[in-house]
Amino acid sequence: MERNVKVKIDHVEKIYDGRQGKMIALNGVDLDIYENEFICVVGPSGCGKSTLLNIIAGLLEPTSGAVYVDGKKVEGTGTERGVVFQQYALFPWLTVKKNVMFGLKLKGMPEAEAEEIAMKYIKMVQLEDFVDAYPKELSGGMKQRVAIARAYAVQPEVLLMDEPFGALDAQTRTQLQAELIQTWQEEKKTCFFITHDVEEAIILGTKVIVMSARPGRIKTIIDINLPYPRTQDLKMTKEFLDLKAQIWGEVYQEYLEVRK
Amino acid sequence: MLNKKKSFIDKIPNWGWLCISLATAILLWYFLSVNERTARVFPFIDKMVVAFKTVTEREILWADIKSSMISVLLGFLFGFLSSVPVAFLMAWYRPVRYILEPWIQFIRNIPPLAYVPLVVIAVGVGRVPQVIVIWIATFLTMTITIYQGVRNVDETLIKAARVLGAKDSDLFIKVIFPATTPFILTAVRLGSSVALTTLIAAESTGAFAGLGMRIRSFNNSYEVEPMLLYIILIGIIGITIEKIIKFLEKKLTGWQETREV
Repeated sequence: MERNVKVKIDHVEKIYDGRQGKMIALNGVDLDIYENEFICVVGPSGCGKSTLLNIIAGLLEPTSGAVYVDGKKVEGTGTERGVVFQQYALFPWLTVKKNVMFGLKLKGMPEAEAEEIAMKYIKMVQLEDFVDAYPKELSGGMKQRVAIARAYAVQPEVLLMDEPFGALDAQTRTQLQAELIQTWQEEKKTCFFITHDVEEAIILGTKVIVMSARPGRIKTIIDINLPYPRTQDLKMTKEFLDLKAQIWGEVYQEYLEVRK
Repeated sequence: MLNKKKSFIDKIPNWGWLCISLATAILLWYFLSVNERTARVFPFIDKMVVAFKTVTEREILWADIKSSMISVLLGFLFGFLSSVPVAFLMAWYRPVRYILEPWIQFIRNIPPLAYVPLVVIAVGVGRVPQVIVIWIATFLTMTITIYQGVRNVDETLIKAARVLGAKDSDLFIKVIFPATTPFILTAVRLGSSVALTTLIAAESTGAFAGLGMRIRSFNNSYEVEPMLLYIILIGIIGITIEKIIKFLEKKLTGWQETREV
């Protein structure tokens, strides 16, 4: 694998001035994300995972430190970084197709070309029968597929996902995981994926990052050397179970810390 | 609920229920018209037909409708055009919100009838005070409704648009405006209803024609039949406007998850 640093997180700190005084959300996070890596971030609620993702996306500014993508400092949002949100965030007044075309048209792409690209990604997420449906007519899993297609359509180099499957039922989630692995293998992108689910992190990631809570920082980085394509059968293997036990142990410690 | 036979309530279609509702109303009306105590104020349909003939022969009916509709339309239009920018400014700039919101809430709770004389003293009689009174009332209602709508725009939609490359101007045109449309249409519906209910107050002093003005004048001459006719007419106009706007709402905001009542 090439060892090109795609995203460099350089001593990022985020401090919120709340009503109860200062709250340190991120306490000096350093991380190099290499090209085509699939980073999964796990950690208890309130460990600053989402804050970190929002800072990489350019939706939040760090209090100090910086994020660099291809050596260029992140200032605001940019289409080389796509985001998939847990709440889908589809535009309810647009059809599936128009949602996927949204970013392309913002680039000033002609209608026909935008439509062609949109259709390609709608097919990728297997929603070609629903191109003219409105979001309210779709199930949660279908909505998230549209959101993934929409993020892919603008062809970002880095894909940031904030618990994208967190609101879905177990079966839909398993299916979308498989689809995500497949698309990641087809269109290599650098992925930064936040989850609560340790199994999900192992199934998807090339690396799993465990974050510690209050103040949020990186606790451990674990390489997942399981071969792709990964399927659900993997969950029964010893390697998987060992990794799960190890990562769960790390995360559990943090849960206990938070509960104190 | 399981395997339960469809009750008769579900068997009758909506239009059927509407007919039943109308028939009941007419029946009730008939009883009121024959009852000694209420007969005077509820003349039955045959009397309405006569009254209709009288007011068309006197050439006042269409003039009244026209005059009232012009006032309602102008007042509503000014109300709408001024409420949209004010609502957006209130939603975006906190100082504007902190200063204006208490005023709006305060004035909104004063019945327009109370300040009509002030408006008349200020601008004289005729069309102008009518339009101003309707303008004030519709402006207040619509500003509050649209303002709530702008504040309710889902934050993640704005984030999603930003990461897809939206600039501030794109955000307004492609996200905030469409997201607010349902509230704007609700505001239009509430506003038009307020415009109509304010009409009577607006025409209460010094109007030369108009449905509200005429009802008062019938009152002075004890002409109950045309008065009741005019009252029913205002109701019909109101429900027609509401139906038209509801139809527009359905067309324009059919994408909504939950329907408003």
